[in-house]
Amino acid sequence: MNRLLKTREIWLALAILAVIVLVTLRFPRFSQPSNLLTIFNDTSILMMLALGQMAVILTRSIDLSMASNLALTGMIVAMTNAAFPMIPIPLLIAGCIVVGAVLGGFNGILVWKLDIPPIVVTLGTLTIFRGLVFVISGGAWVNAAQMSTEFIQLQRGSFLGLPILSWFAIVVAGLVYVLMTRTPLGRAFYAIGVNPTASVYTGIDVGRTKFLAFVLSGAISGLCGYLWISRYVIASVEVAGGYELTIVAACVIGGVSIAGGIGTVAGALLGALFLGVVNNALPVIGVSPFWQMAISGAAILLAVVLNARGERSRGRVILKKAEGAA
Amino acid sequence: MSRPDANSPSLQGGGRHGADGSVSGRNKAMTDIPANGRRLPDRLDNPLKSAVLSWESLLVLVALGIFVANSFASPYFLNAWSLSDLTFNFTEKALIALAMALVIITGEIDLSVASIIALASTLMGLALQYGADTPTLVAVGVGVGILCGAFNGFLVTGLKLPSIVVTIGTMSLFRGIAFIILGDQSFKGYPRDFAWFGQGYVWWVISFEMVLFAVFAVIFYVLLHHTVFGRRVYAIGNNATAAQFSGVRVDRIKFVLFCLTGLMSGIAAVLLTARLGSTRPSIAQGFELEVITMVVLGGVSILGGAGSIVGVVLAALIIGLVTFGLGLLNVPGIVMSIFTGTLLIVVIALPILYRMWKERRT
Repeated sequence: MNRLLKTREIWLALAILAVIVLVTLRFPRFSQPSNLLTIFNDTSILMMLALGQMAVILTRSIDLSMASNLALTGMIVAMTNAAFPMIPIPLLIAGCIVVGAVLGGFNGILVWKLDIPPIVVTLGTLTIFRGLVFVISGGAWVNAAQMSTEFIQLQRGSFLGLPILSWFAIVVAGLVYVLMTRTPLGRAFYAIGVNPTASVYTGIDVGRTKFLAFVLSGAISGLCGYLWISRYVIASVEVAGGYELTIVAACVIGGVSIAGGIGTVAGALLGALFLGVVNNALPVIGVSPFWQMAISGAAILLAVVLNARGERSRGRVILKKAEGAA
Repeated sequence: MSRPDANSPSLQGGGRHGADGSVSGRNKAMTDIPANGRRLPDRLDNPLKSAVLSWESLLVLVALGIFVANSFASPYFLNAWSLSDLTFNFTEKALIALAMALVIITGEIDLSVASIIALASTLMGLALQYGADTPTLVAVGVGVGILCGAFNGFLVTGLKLPSIVVTIGTMSLFRGIAFIILGDQSFKGYPRDFAWFGQGYVWWVISFEMVLFAVFAVIFYVLLHHTVFGRRVYAIGNNATAAQFSGVRVDRIKFVLFCLTGLMSGIAAVLLTARLGSTRPSIAQGFELEVITMVVLGGVSILGGAGSIVGVVLAALIIGLVTFGLGLLNVPGIVMSIFTGTLLIVVIALPILYRMWKERRT
């Protein structure tokens, strides 16, 4: 069974490789290490967001407010930086994570204490958070001239040949990996996704676990708020508009089951990378960027068809085992 | 790495048809956990009391409250033409919400409706370039809608995929095709008699869109509340497996409902295109979430199995009233969305808080 699960990620990795090879056949420069690193760097933010979303989806919830959370935290940090350029950037980043976590916690509280379906809660906060961006900014933009140099340059610096932004993604991925595979909380995410009723009887507080998943996705959204703003050097109401579904798409392509309980860190990362590679390849092979949306739609459908096949065959195996045991 | 998902054959089997579509569908199981010996009431509420305490009457109160507040807030509000303009705010979305309500009651969801509008509108524009006349344009719009809906329906019922993922995919796919066709261009120059669908008035201040919405509201009301089909929709939402065993063709009904949602999206595409007089690939962006907000605000359970058309119509009216009233007060659209978002959460949370408060007292 372990092998079967591994193959899903391997197939996705092969698909990504195939795209790279196909493009390289015509444009050799595409697979140069420097270009591949650029793609990785470009996809870093999506990878981190996908990991946060995965934690939420594992618990049979969904967080549609991540992009709005990102926009709101981003606007807050940009305005703070514009008003008080002397505040050190690490402090700002920590602030972002806290603000994001609080916004995520707001979702989580509504899901935990009031038992409102997550899709309804985050549908509401999706519009509320984005509306708040307008309220605090008055509809104005914060542009490069208003941001401090450090604010913009931090993620562009390089360490061991990799841009700092990529390091953020690597560190977050590492932390989430440890959380998912080495801690009781990570275990609980999977457990309540697989069988919430059984989880209650094993002593897991389902509501609290969901709350923590939302705090995690919120904290990551907050961090990405800073990274997004400093990368594209503009903070406006439209930042990351509609991005929430791209994040879900990355998870789905990565084999995270929307029904909860199934998904791996590697899968979510590869799902995001797949979208990143395709988006980077299109302009190279001369396809209009207007094809991007349709292609990612087709990729989602293909991925979900393939994943469903995998899940179904595994279901059959389990039933046989159960019969054998009985 | 050992995986914790091995021990749930029953879930996989039961959930396959069931509330699979909504992400939180399985939450229903949660309410089955210990009822803490809650006492059964001695008698049932009488019909009058339950009517007064119903979701719909709460919505009526909210609607009236907003109506009165609007009349005080702006001198321009209480005027036949203003009130007529108000309906343009929501009729297109509300038309889709009628069909979406049925889809959500069966425990599925369709996030692709706005993208269906974009694709239908784009193909209408394309047909226009080839000299299509008004009836052909309408046929293209409605036809594309039905085809897109059927595609969703096939993926959900034929291939047994969760509808939330399928429609996130087709949401990208449909609008993506519109982007491929149009790029950064737009289609303009729709014929004058075509524009009537979105801008015309049947009588005095009664617009064509308003009449169409009223007609469809009645049709869907009858369909859901007074036909066998409607009963089956509820049955599927409450327990798809049981419905299947009692002879309800679950998949076929779900397929029909996705086609219906596609049809309504196609009609909305005709109305919206006619009203705006042009097509861009970004047309109707974000409509899907507003439509779902209407449905949920209307008291349809996102977990499936409960809801009424009256509620959805009232919710559409409320959202129309709020956005129009705030518009008269020069509140920007983005700030209005804070109100609709808050309204959604508060209206859902209030009855829950009330119930918790009541339980704590007893």
